[in-house]
Amino acid sequence: SSWWSHVEMGPPDPILGVTEAFKRDTNSKKMNLGVGAYRDDNGKPYVLNCVRKAEAVIASKKMDKEYLPIGGLADFTRASAELALGENSEAFKSGGYVTVQGISGTGSLRIGANFLQRFFKSSRDVYLPKPSWGNHTPIFRDAGLQLQAYRYYDPKTCSLDFSGAMDDISKIPEKSIILLHACAHNPTGVDPRQEQWKELAAVVKKRNLLVYFDMAYQGFASGDINRDAWAVRYFIEQGINVVLSQSYAKNMGLYGERAGAFTVICSDAEEAKRVESQLKILIRPMYSNPPLNGARIASIILNTPDLRKEWLVEVKGMADRIISMRTQLVSNLKKEGSSHNWQHITDQIGMFCFTGLKPEQVERLTKEFSIYMTKDGRISVAGVTSGNVGYLAHAIHQVTK
Amino acid sequence: AYRTDEGQPWVLPVVKKVEQMIANDHSLNHEYLPILGLPEFRANASRIALGDDSPAIKENRIGSVQSLGGTGALRIGAEFLRRWYNGNNNTATPVYISAPSWENHNSVFVDAGFKDIRTYHYWDAAKRGLDLQGLLDDMEKAPEFSIFILHACAHNPTGTDPTPDQWKQIAAVMKRRFLFPFFDSAYQGFASGSLDKDAWAVRYFVSEGFELFCAQSFSKNFGLYNERVGNLTVVGKDADNVQRVLSQMEKIVRTTWSNPPSQGARIVATTLSSPQLFAEWYDNVKTMADRVLLMRSELRSRLESLGTPGTWNHITDQIGMFSFTGLNRK
Repeated sequence: SSWWSHVEMGPPDPILGVTEAFKRDTNSKKMNLGVGAYRDDNGKPYVLNCVRKAEAVIASKKMDKEYLPIGGLADFTRASAELALGENSEAFKSGGYVTVQGISGTGSLRIGANFLQRFFKSSRDVYLPKPSWGNHTPIFRDAGLQLQAYRYYDPKTCSLDFSGAMDDISKIPEKSIILLHACAHNPTGVDPRQEQWKELAAVVKKRNLLVYFDMAYQGFASGDINRDAWAVRYFIEQGINVVLSQSYAKNMGLYGERAGAFTVICSDAEEAKRVESQLKILIRPMYSNPPLNGARIASIILNTPDLRKEWLVEVKGMADRIISMRTQLVSNLKKEGSSHNWQHITDQIGMFCFTGLKPEQVERLTKEFSIYMTKDGRISVAGVTSGNVGYLAHAIHQVTK
Repeated sequence: AYRTDEGQPWVLPVVKKVEQMIANDHSLNHEYLPILGLPEFRANASRIALGDDSPAIKENRIGSVQSLGGTGALRIGAEFLRRWYNGNNNTATPVYISAPSWENHNSVFVDAGFKDIRTYHYWDAAKRGLDLQGLLDDMEKAPEFSIFILHACAHNPTGTDPTPDQWKQIAAVMKRRFLFPFFDSAYQGFASGSLDKDAWAVRYFVSEGFELFCAQSFSKNFGLYNERVGNLTVVGKDADNVQRVLSQMEKIVRTTWSNPPSQGARIVATTLSSPQLFAEWYDNVKTMADRVLLMRSELRSRLESLGTPGTWNHITDQIGMFSFTGLNRK
């Protein structure tokens, strides 16, 4: 007999199931709106030009393959902090922060979660918005923390339940941990407006909460890196205790290269050194030191003025295409004669859109039109093109009229 | 890390070649790998460890998890064992690590949640060799189902490996006492210059019917240190068991790094799956192993010709990157 006879089969990944079914479908009009990766207007993966240029630089330099330091590539982590905090940030200028390279967003979140479990003694509770990215819960749980929730998405309006969020957050026990999506909330696409962020910051400050920002879409949401980082910077300016995870998967298209970073804002540079030493102690028994390739590409882009300019144009291009698909979807729905209010599609931002479609309607979209999405009605706008947006609008109208 | 005779890092020629191929292939993109990694990498990596004619591969009872270096493979294996081995979430299962061992072994198992980490006798400082009797005694006394971390070859830090005969004795005790073998294989090929020779112990255990884990690193034998290329090979009783194990390892990977980095795995997969590139790689590996062996033999012969007090055969008896010289702190 086996040591593993009692090991249960892990539950199948819901999103993977969608993609598997999509692959089996022979309908030429099929659409995969579950995909969490950017696609160009031909529905193809997009390798940024600035990435190709950075790769050419790397290929020409014949660098060695020696281990990175545990905390990662210094040029990358410094540029990453500057990108998030802004070059005028007091925290950045004073060195009152530590940034370590992480394995894209997930790895960075996990380092932070483990760090908080070990060193944040005031609370074991992490408050997530309802709903949040599916992987947040198991990450924090595996790190040994407990999960709670605050109201966030209002299914009746397909937008922010601001009063519900303010109400719940005002009741969170002091010195708990609250997770906020910096921009382009996943899965809803619903972000607070700046005035709402200010009120959220005030109540967070009043409750003395530690804020964990997850920023996976800087630049990719509005097309403007400073605008997308506004909330993070504002909270830090307000003196709120902030930790931050960043991902370059989407905004640089570096998905499989796993480029990311985890930052702790500290009182001063001395504290930052102590925090850094503890982060390294956490990282070493996880994977020793991080992979170079993605971080080096990102570093060259961020630190080379011409490439950085080119990147900003390209990331805006991706954001603009998404925004344009949202606009076209709404206008096509109107053309189909839909009487529903679809404004939330253009109010929402980022890769994902909570359409408001119910499970039965989603099922019909899949069965009758070969349009694949998750049961919660979430679509990846990245999977929409000018070639198929009309078909999508037609299908949605058929199942909702 | 390996150094050339000029004391410089060395990027393997085959790696440079394959990297150029990848850079020139504009059909490649940077999309996510599957959670368990690049399929061609996983299959080839496990094949390297277990051998082309491995019964376990033929019987379809092996699994592979692409990991962030050898450390990552150890960690995924450790996390899985803590959750699913010897009951559910049994953090009390003893984990035995050789005295001495790579210092990170301890931290990996502690951070994975194990509460009872012990050492087993390994290095005999007096005779400057393996303390086989001490090792076997520890295994006899270990509680049943204890986990033992075994260095597949080129023991770090002593450079002292059991002989095949000694491995047979070790395996016999482990089988009788129901002890779990978790191999750490960081130097396959790099130790002796022969992939098969350096994998002998792992393959012997497989042939003896053990279920085991083998954490593999391609940092040294491919010189891919900073790309974090590793693989956790799982050998089970049958395909069904292995499938369930992998499904749970997938959950662990998902909350640790989601999916592994692409670059290093592509280099290794491309190299291992092409007969010509494989031959070039084998040659590069032998170059490194031979230089280390040559340095050992030169060091020993010069010490002896200087008339240095003591015996120095342990320098050439030992194998791999490291040598326990026997020098005291002074």
